[in-house]
Formats: sequence, structure tokens, C-alpha cells
Amino acid sequence: MKILKLPFKVGHFLIPLIVVIISLNSCTTVKEYQKNKLNDAEMSLSNRKIEKTELNFQSYREGASGANGGKTGGGCGCN
Amino acid sequence: MKKLFLSVILMYAGILSAFSQANPNSDSAYTKRKLTFEEANIVSSYYNQNGNNSAVTGGIGTEKLSDISNSIDLKFSLYDKRGRKHSFLGEIGVDHYTSASSDKIDPATISSASSADTRVYPSVGWTMENEQKATTLGAGLSYSHEFDYQSFGANVSFAKKTKNGMGEFSAKLQAFLDQVSLIYPVELRTTTGGGRGEEHNYPTTPRNSVSGGLGWSQIINKQFQISLEAEMVYQQGYLGLPFHRVYFKDQSVHVENLPSTRLKIPLGIRANYFISDKFILRTWYRYYHDDWGINSNALQVETVVKLTPFFSVTPFYRFYQQSAVKYFSPYMMHTAADAYYTSNYDLSKFNSNFFGAGFRIAPPNGVFKVQHLNSLEVRYGRYKKTTGMNSNIISLNFKFR
Repeated sequence: MKILKLPFKVGHFLIPLIVVIISLNSCTTVKEYQKNKLNDAEMSLSNRKIEKTELNFQSYREGASGANGGKTGGGCGCN
Repeated sequence: MKKLFLSVILMYAGILSAFSQANPNSDSAYTKRKLTFEEANIVSSYYNQNGNNSAVTGGIGTEKLSDISNSIDLKFSLYDKRGRKHSFLGEIGVDHYTSASSDKIDPATISSASSADTRVYPSVGWTMENEQKATTLGAGLSYSHEFDYQSFGANVSFAKKTKNGMGEFSAKLQAFLDQVSLIYPVELRTTTGGGRGEEHNYPTTPRNSVSGGLGWSQIINKQFQISLEAEMVYQQGYLGLPFHRVYFKDQSVHVENLPSTRLKIPLGIRANYFISDKFILRTWYRYYHDDWGINSNALQVETVVKLTPFFSVTPFYRFYQQSAVKYFSPYMMHTAADAYYTSNYDLSKFNSNFFGAGFRIAPPNGVFKVQHLNSLEVRYGRYKKTTGMNSNIISLNFKFR
């Protein structure tokens, strides 16, 4: 008997979640002077500025949007 | 002699101490509180698409469209008396598009109201970073205007790092208050009108969106970091578009009709790995669910190949898959029994592939030896849907520092 019915299939998100949990378990403390690789511009945990129009057209041409720094409302997308 | 030697030593020490005191006091106290230019970006793109499932003509007909977009953003910062860093961001963007399908809203005219349009979207933002408390506060306002659509947006954000600086929690709230002009297909208009000169006569209806997002970013080790993002978006109002036709089985034509609320839940993970001085792997995955029936998965992988310390090439690939909304049916497949109906193929079941490459030049003495032109980036991508729609996009980014 299902006690709680979730609005989406958990399985879809399960594999990435397992990867994250394993990753978190292997965390090591990194000191400021050791962050030169993490501070590389290409290591930024966000979209590139140049992807702006790509994200825009994808949110218009696809039914899904969000969770990538892109907009989740506003602007038409009429065409 | 001994006195002279001591005097010289004292004088030297005096000069040193004078400089060592004067510099931080004058520079840090003065320059840090002065508004400083940090960065500017000019981003230009050209996009074109083609396909044969336009929603304006009920799921058949050309989707040909081209769009030129240009935006410029500026970032300034200053430190206040308490040592907090305030950053001020300003941006303005202008898009201009031409659309063959929009020209079919009113085919009787030489060129209908939405066959070409310009969207202008300015925005401003502010963040305050407190290093002592390891927190960042932010707020922003945005506006977007086009012929048949107007949008006001506002957002607030908060972020806090963990004590060891390895993790960061973030939260964001956003709201968009939009107005849609009700421009119906010419044969479904109950009143006369429709020319450009009468644009002020179109009635408008609201579409509001509120979203809340939580994020967590974590440094795993010296070369690997990840972030998680969970959002919940609630939309209310007129969520269809008034010029999307739907042809029923009985050959009657209607305006797209969709529910007046929509709940969206996107969950995203980003993971970046610094493989070596030559290679960086960037990945992103999103699972998405909404109450209209769309379940989707998106995965993007890109590899930064640093050919020299100042020149890199980045091939990328993105796979996307979605199920259809409950209210979708193709041309002439809906019946009068359907309460909600659309023939918009952007809401149908499909997969898509997006692939391409970019390159970035960032020489130490500036691009083209222009000192403040920090980097130049070019990126091309080709997008293909299983419905037959395809598009190309090329973008250019000039970064000034």
C-alpha cells in the first residue's frame, strides 16, 4: 500500500542522487591556497554568459525549464 | 659615527614605516570605498530555426524563425565601512525576430502584427557579500517588453557558506507579473482590428509566476565540485497563447485552451571536474516534472580543452527528452469532448539533441592587444528535435575588465 504518492518518479533522480551522496562522503577539506584549480573560470558552477540565448530558446522550444540558472517565467516565448 | 649609523637606520625605518602605514590607510580606506568597475559583457547571438509544426497554424505549417539578440551587462562594486562588498549589476538586452508562422495570425494583411517584433529587457541587481559572516544577500528587478507581451520581475536571494568554506547553501525567491495581449487569429476575432496602429486596443490578461529555489554547492576535493538545485514554480493566469489555433476532428477551428494554473518542479545537478591542466569536464543534469503531464530529463556534457593557457576549445553535447502534456493532440485530432486542447509541438512528446563547440581566447595583454578586452568567446550549436524541427545558433561574447 502506498502511503505517500510523490508527484514524480523518484527513480529518474535516483542515480544522480547516489552519485552525489558518494561524492559528499569522499569530501576532503581544501584550504584557500589549494583552490587554484577550483577557481579556474571554467570550473564555475553556473552557465556561461555566452549560453544566454541558448537557454532562452530552449525554454521556448521545450516544455521544461529551470534549475539551470535560466528564467522560469517572464518573457513571452510566443514564436 | 655610531650616532650617524643609528640615525641612518632610524631614517630608513621611518621611511619604511611611513609607506607601510600610508599605503593601507590611504589606498584601502579610500579606494575600497570607491565604486570600482569590475566587468562588462557584450553578448550577441544569431538564431534561426525551421520545422513544419507551427502552433499558429494548428500544428502544421512552417516554423521558420530568425532572431538576433544583443545584450550588455555591467558590474560595479564597492566596500562599505563595515568591510562588506556591494556589487551592482545592470543589464539591457534587445532581441529582434522575424517569424513566418506569426505572419499567419492575420494572413489577409501584408505583414501581420507579430510577423516581426523587438523585445527590450532591462534589469538591475544588487548583492552584498559579508566575508565575516560568510553570507551573501541579493535582490533584483527586471522588465521585458514586446508588442504583445509585458513582464515585470523581482527576486531576492540569500547564501551562506559553511564554517570550513567547503559548502554553500542558497535560497532564492522570484516573481514575474506578466500581461498577455489577446491577439486572436483573424477568423476568430469578434471585433474588428488587428493592424499595428491599433495595438493599444488589444485587451490584456495577466499571467503570474512565483518560484522558490534552494541550492547547495559543495567542494569535494581540490579538483572536483558539485551543486544541487531544486525549484518549485507556480504559474497562474492565461497560460496558453491566444493566436495558437487548434483544429478539431469536425474541422472547426478554436483558440488553444490550457489550464489556468501550472506547477513545475525542476531538480538540477551540476558537477565540474578539473581532470588536468589541459582538460576540464563540465556536466549538468536536470529532472523536471509538472502537473500538465510533462516529465523530462536533460543532460549536458562539455569538455574544455586548453590548447594553450590562453586559448581553449569546448565541444559540447546536450540530450533532452520529454513526455507530452495531457492536453496535446496533433492537427485535427481533438474533439469537442476535450476540456483543454493544444497542438503546440513544443508541448508534445519528443527527444532533442544539441551539439556544437566554442572557443575562448584570453591573452594576458588583452584580446587584439586591447588591454581591457579580457576575453573573446565564440560558440556554435545545432539543435535537432525528433519532430523534425531544427535550428542553428551562433553566439559571441566580449568580456571587458
